[in-house]
Amino acid sequence: MNPVKRIRSRSVVLPTKDIDTDQIIAARFLTTTSREGLGQSAFYDLRHNKDGSENTEFPLNRPEARDCQILIAGNNFGCGSSREHAPWALLDYGFRAVVSTEIADIFRNNALKNGLVPVVVDDSTHEWLLNNPAAELEIDVERATLSLPNGRSVVFPIDGFAKYCLVEGIDQLGYLLQQSDKIVAFEEARTWTP
Amino acid sequence: MSHRTLFEKVWSDHVVVDETPDTPAVLYIDLHIIHEVTTPQAFTVLRERALPVRRPDLTLATMDHSTPTTPVSSFKDLAVVGESAANQIRQMERNCDDFGIDLIGFGHQNRGIVHVIGPELGATQPGKTIVCGDSHSSTHGAFGALAFGIGTTEVGHVLATQCLLQRKPKTLAVDIDGRIPSGVSAKDIILAVIGRIGVDGGTGHVIEYRGDAITALDMEGRMTICNMSIEGGARAGMIAPDDTTFEYLAGRPRSPQGSAWEDSVRRWRMLRSDDSARFDKRISISAEALQPMVTYGTNPGMVVGINDPVPDGGDDPSFRKALDYMQVESGKPMTEQAVDVVFVGSCTNGRLSDIEEAARVLQGQKVADGVRMLVVPGSQQVKDQAEAKGLDRIITDAGAEWREAGCSMCIGMNGDTVDQGKLSVSTSNRNFEGRQGIGARTVLASPATAAASAVTGRVTDPRAFS
Repeated sequence: MNPVKRIRSRSVVLPTKDIDTDQIIAARFLTTTSREGLGQSAFYDLRHNKDGSENTEFPLNRPEARDCQILIAGNNFGCGSSREHAPWALLDYGFRAVVSTEIADIFRNNALKNGLVPVVVDDSTHEWLLNNPAAELEIDVERATLSLPNGRSVVFPIDGFAKYCLVEGIDQLGYLLQQSDKIVAFEEARTWTP
Repeated sequence: MSHRTLFEKVWSDHVVVDETPDTPAVLYIDLHIIHEVTTPQAFTVLRERALPVRRPDLTLATMDHSTPTTPVSSFKDLAVVGESAANQIRQMERNCDDFGIDLIGFGHQNRGIVHVIGPELGATQPGKTIVCGDSHSSTHGAFGALAFGIGTTEVGHVLATQCLLQRKPKTLAVDIDGRIPSGVSAKDIILAVIGRIGVDGGTGHVIEYRGDAITALDMEGRMTICNMSIEGGARAGMIAPDDTTFEYLAGRPRSPQGSAWEDSVRRWRMLRSDDSARFDKRISISAEALQPMVTYGTNPGMVVGINDPVPDGGDDPSFRKALDYMQVESGKPMTEQAVDVVFVGSCTNGRLSDIEEAARVLQGQKVADGVRMLVVPGSQQVKDQAEAKGLDRIITDAGAEWREAGCSMCIGMNGDTVDQGKLSVSTSNRNFEGRQGIGARTVLASPATAAASAVTGRVTDPRAFS
């Protein structure tokens, strides 16, 4: 994983609440055996009309949304399935961070393991972000701050270990493999075996 | 004196390395269930780093998500699911072969949905930690296991180390007391719970379901309850094991045998929350007031009593968007909705008692003209058991389709889908936009409600058939 320290970008806003992983990437795109190239499937059924043409009303398709790296979403983003294809698709589409008032547990874990930064903010900051699409924002991962163009800066919660892994680009499997002596000791000391 | 919850007892029994402010806990996993959709990229990582699977003996592998529900006797039969799904299925066989994992594949009498076969084989047991690259892993919590869904990166972690890095979640007690009214099933109970707490009410928490309405349920009902914990935002849901649990597990192929059985039951009896245990949150629900439930919107929290009017969401745009998608109006009951498709199956409601519940309604009846009804057993064993009882005949005589085991129309990855704009009454777990097919409108319900709706061609209160 590449280190993620600072993200500076305009925002794009999807105000709908409870955007689930099926909307982020529909199940019919999950038959792949690769994690590459899923960006074209991100929000596919929202980005397209029934006849397959581009839905120009959808916020991600507006000209000012091109190259935006920060997605502002309604409450409880990423609820539903455990498919890691959801953060893979968002990253491949070009996003580097998702901001909401709540981000579902499994999606948040998956996002952090791939360098997509989940940012949870308070209601008033969220309200401002929803009402100001295409705002120039800056996320400083190390300081865990989100800065708005009006000079306001808010701190967001992030697990210390997850932050360390993001900033240093550390892959958690390497860390787990270093624990193997302790894992062996645990297995040997158990009073029952699964 | 101990003051621990059931969750805390199972958690602390699996901590390899304690968590600190700087590092999460290293948690040992007793059972890793894998399937074809969320594992290929994890095996790629193992190959890239020349890592073996650490405990193939603690890994249970099957294929369920993108598999056909028509019989498969050769690779040619996979054509129905399309080239990329067929490729994924072949890749799963290769991965299990290369890494020394026994695969419960096509033609195997035990193949089925991951969350149906784990319990059926007795691999799911009280006090275990169980994970799978599937959010409905919460199902296994019905046995007093700590079970939750993980992503593909974490699947790789477990394959390579049999461990996960985890922060300890909070606890939520859901107490459901009182007698469950006749005609109300486990599915109705869990839909009512999600309606109460909302789709994010359990975020960051492990739920423990308690109370006499829960202990009165059989294991299949308890699995239906725990299965949908994730639809309330909780990664895991648990129920303390009791005699019902032990009776279910006794004699199953992977259950402890002989003197090990007695030792296990003694250990399992300790797996209950202490009377003085503290939960971070608590809610209670009276079972007496429950009724058959159906969803009206595009998430499982948008749910009403079968005869109640769809609520008015005010000017909330997300609510309005959901009603527009569903073509449903506030103030009117869901029983006015005409039905196009009925699906009975999935890891939520694809077990023998679910098929029986549907068959009881279908007995001597016909599926209404213009309605397609698909009944998909959760496993080949469920299929065999249902056929031994003649349920397949009741189902096909009524004009419904009886299929091979798999996830099928719950997720629509294998060609079993609902067409654009069609309304489906489904015993599955998610009514998300497009879940069962592009533009499909899903109403979640119990097997009895689904079957009753198939017979009348409208969303129907199953109590009319009892």
